[in-house]
Parts: sequence; structure tokens; C-alpha cells
Amino acid sequence: MTQLALVIDLNVCVGCSACVTSCKEWNTSGSAGPLVDERPYGENPTGTFFNRVQTYEMGTFPNSETMHFPKSCLHCEDPPCVPVCPTGASYKRKEDGIVLVDYDKCIGCKYCSWACPYGAREIDEKQKVMKKCTLCVDRIYDMTMPEEDRKPSCVKACPTSARLFGDIHDPESAVSVAIREDGGYALMPEWGTHPSNHYLPRRKTKMKIHADELERADNPLKLDQQLPKPDKDQSTMDDVSAW
Amino acid sequence: MKPAFSVIFLTTLIGAAQGLFLALFTHQSYALFGLLPMQSDDFYGYGTLIVMVLLAAGLVASFFHLGRPERAWRAATQWRTSWLSREVIVLPAFMGVAFLFGVSHLFGIRPEIVTLPGGQVVDLSLLLGVVGTLLAFALFVCTAMIYACLRFLKEWNSPLTVINYILMGGSSGFILAAFYAVSAAPDQADFFAGWAIIITVLALIGRVASLIRNARLKPTSTMQTAIGVKHPKITQRSMGAMGGSFNTREFFHGKSDSFLRAIKPAFLLLAFVLPLVLLAISLSTPALLGLAFILQYVGLLAERWFFFAQANHPQNLYYQTVG
Ligand code: SF4
Ligand code: SF4
Repeated sequence: MTQLALVIDLNVCVGCSACVTSCKEWNTSGSAGPLVDERPYGENPTGTFFNRVQTYEMGTFPNSETMHFPKSCLHCEDPPCVPVCPTGASYKRKEDGIVLVDYDKCIGCKYCSWACPYGAREIDEKQKVMKKCTLCVDRIYDMTMPEEDRKPSCVKACPTSARLFGDIHDPESAVSVAIREDGGYALMPEWGTHPSNHYLPRRKTKMKIHADELERADNPLKLDQQLPKPDKDQSTMDDVSAW
Repeated sequence: MKPAFSVIFLTTLIGAAQGLFLALFTHQSYALFGLLPMQSDDFYGYGTLIVMVLLAAGLVASFFHLGRPERAWRAATQWRTSWLSREVIVLPAFMGVAFLFGVSHLFGIRPEIVTLPGGQVVDLSLLLGVVGTLLAFALFVCTAMIYACLRFLKEWNSPLTVINYILMGGSSGFILAAFYAVSAAPDQADFFAGWAIIITVLALIGRVASLIRNARLKPTSTMQTAIGVKHPKITQRSMGAMGGSFNTREFFHGKSDSFLRAIKPAFLLLAFVLPLVLLAISLSTPALLGLAFILQYVGLLAERWFFFAQANHPQNLYYQTVG
């Protein structure tokens, strides 16, 4: 079985929101009709987005760290939003695990959004139906596109390659390797939703140097051995230069 | 959560309707066994008419909740998994049976079905009453389970939610039945008022129990699990939207904490304590029952508002600071 998903590297994301705008651009121009925007140039612009970049600060200045955090539907493997839908408009595809909303069936009751702990669904106030990330299902299978373009719009847009896309059920895929080897984690694991999207943690590159590594432990010619330290009350050669 | 007025009216109106139906049929069952004097068909028939009016009003209110009401029929398809879908099926089923129950009384269509060993005649109205009673309870369970099944919303995720929907609907319906009886069958008002007192006391106990439970809840999700960073102090600096979004509108009640705190004693007083006092007085002054029903209905509206407002959705962790 295939489970397509995104892996987002929080160590690399710079919070530029390129994924947000490219997602909006792609999904507002699709056959499903525009994603609503209200007062786009007014004082309180609001609208429907599939993907948002949030910013968090850990600690207190000056001992603080900033993290940019893109958030979209996680295409949970056990999605709580699907069984609650009374119309069957919300469903999870068997073939690739993408969680979708059929906009022609949705009655806009919003119940699914209550059942998603991540706040990943947003109603379209104009079409009055529930919308959410589709993993660019209308893009990744589009054979008229060159193969390198058959990826979600956000992945293509990311200038730092913080977003990986692939099948997390294939142990050799780039996403699986990244999750396995770079500490990929799921959001709110406590609810048992098994999100497919994973996040790679922020990590610092550090080198640990042990004391014995400062000297050549194996030093047969005694070339760089340190001289024995003189006692505190003994005179040293340093004194010679003092007068 | 943001309390939606459509849902507040839906749940309180159909709750009263279900309770009234149960009250009428309880009376008929008592009468069957000779525990109470059997009333005229008109008493049960016109009472059921009130049930139908309340149900219809609730149904109209529910449509205001839907973005695409013209597709509402689709909501009956997922009864295998969705409590909302089950409610969508059980509500019209209950309406239909209540309607037939009313018709069988008003038009005297009561063919005999069986005679019990004790000589009691079970006729069509009684059979419809039994089916209606089962459906009334099923409807209470469906309505409440819509909320109780959402495990992220810990304030709702409890059997108390189901129990309280049944008790509060029952209380409201029996008070209405007592009020109706004052004009339609004055000597029976005390029967309904007596049951109303018992159910209202139970409802008060159930609601206070859930308030105590909710006051002691600890959130399961924290900022740490929400973004997966182990740090005791995490502050949101931006939520990714300047003018708000669906997420900021749908999941916050939008009122101050002090307002929330004020609503709680208000609904306890209006929905339970005052109706109980009025019910007790009404045993000598039945005219007060109308007032009891109306005051309690207002109280139940406040109760339902609070029920929604108190539920804290984990998604709110992601929406704290505009930025
Ligand atoms: S993130 Fe939310 S909307 Fe997406 S599959 Fe999981 S529960 Fe459903
Ligand atoms: S809003 Fe649409 S997709 Fe969500 S539960 Fe209702 S009908 Fe299903």
C-alpha cells in the first residue's frame, strides 16, 4: 500500500511562505474553483488556505530560538475526520492514502473540522464546502507535466528544499529514510491519528572532542608530547623572559 | 467551540419535543394498566401536535447550520460510522412515528392488535407509542453522541453528555406536559409535575457532575506535543493569518472569561433551580407551570451555549497570536 506524505524539515525552513503562496495559487486556479478570499486588500483580509506557516519562539530572549512551522493536513493514516462525515464527502483514498473532500457531496456541516485535532480543514465561506490540502492530487498524477513537476506545488516552491514528498510506506523512499535517519516525528501523537506527514526536528551540528583527542594518543616518536607541568612553586622557563 | 445558534435551538427544541412525547406516552401506559384514568384521544392527539410543532421548528433551525442545505439528503448515507448521519435518519423517523401516533389518536384509528393476559387491549396507538419511545431515546443518544464521540473535545467525551441530554430533554418535556395538562386535563397536571420534579433533580445532578468533571480536566495536548518541541516555554509569534481564519472563528466562543463564568450560575438557576421551585409551588398554583417551562427553556438555551463554549479544541493551540 502507498501512503503519500510530506516530510518537512524544520531545521531548514526559513519561514518565507513560498509554499503558502504557491499552494494558494495552484489550488485557487484548479477545476474545483477558487479558494475564497475576502477583503484581500482590506484591513482584515481573510480566506481559505490549505497551508499556513506559523512561527514559534522557544525560551525567553536572549536565550530564545525561533522556529517556523508550516502546517497543512497531515493525511493521517487513521483520520478521525473521515468517519464522522455524514455524507461520505470526506474520504481517504485506498490507492495512495490521500484524504480528500468531494466538494460536490459536502453539505458544509463543518463536523469534520471539529474532529480534526490539528485545525487542518478550512471551510470555503463562499462555496460553503469544506476544503483542505489535497497533496496536489490534480498535479502529481498529471502525465502532461514533466516528471519533475509531478510534485505538490509547495514542494516545488520551497527555496530551501525543506519539503520532501513521497511514499512513507516504501522503506527506501527519500521520505522514509529522512524520517528514520533524521528523527522524523508526528504531531500530537497522543490522539492515535498516525499522521502521515512528518516533521524533522531542528538540530544543531555539534562536534564532541574528548581530551585525549587533543593529543596524539599513539605517539611512538614522542614528537608532540607535552612537557610535564612544573609545580606552582618551581620556576619555569617563562621566568627567564621576565627580567 | 463557537456556539452556533442553529444547533442550540435544534437540540433544545427537539429535546423538549422528545420529552413531551415520552411524557404523553408514559401517561398512556400508566392508564393502560389502570394506574391513571385514561384520557380522551384528544388529550394525547393535541399533545402530539405540540411535539410535531417543536420538532419542525428544530428541523428548520438545523438547516441554518448547513452551508449546502439542498444536499442535506446525502447526510443519511454514512450511518455506519457517523453519529450525525444516524441523527439525520432517526430524527425524521421519530417525527414520522410521532405523527402517526398523533393521527391514530386524533382520528381514532386504533385497531386492536393483541389483548394482554390481564385484559389490557394493545391497540395501534400503543404500538406506535412504544416505537416512538424507542426512537425518542435513540434520538437523544444520536444527538448527544455527535458531541460525546469526539475524543479531542474532552469536555464532551463522556457518558454524562448522553445522560444529560436525555435528562434535560426529559425535564423540559415533562414540565411542558404538566403545563399542557393544566388546560387539557387539569386533574393530571400533578402526575406530570411530579415526574418533572424527579427528572429535573436528576438533570441537575447530572449537569453538576459534568461541571465538576470538566473543572478537573487536564488538556491532553500541549504546545509541546502540538509542534513537537520539548521546551517548557513556547510562545506563538505568528499564526499565519492576519485577519483571522476559519480556525479563529469556529473554535473560540468569542466572549470574555467573566461572561463564561457568569453564564454558569445563570443557567443552573434558570434551567434547574427556578423550575424546581416553581414546580413545587405549582402543586398548589398550577398556573406557574407555563412560566416554569419558559424560564427553563431560556435556561437550557444558556446551558447549551455554555456546553459549546466550554469545550476547548486542541487546534486552538495553533491559533493564539495573530503576529
Ligand atoms: S490532519 Fe486533520 S484533516 Fe488531515 S487527515 Fe488528519 S485529521 Fe483529517
Ligand atoms: S463539512 Fe462536508 S466534508 Fe465535513 S463532515 Fe460535513 S459534509 Fe463531510
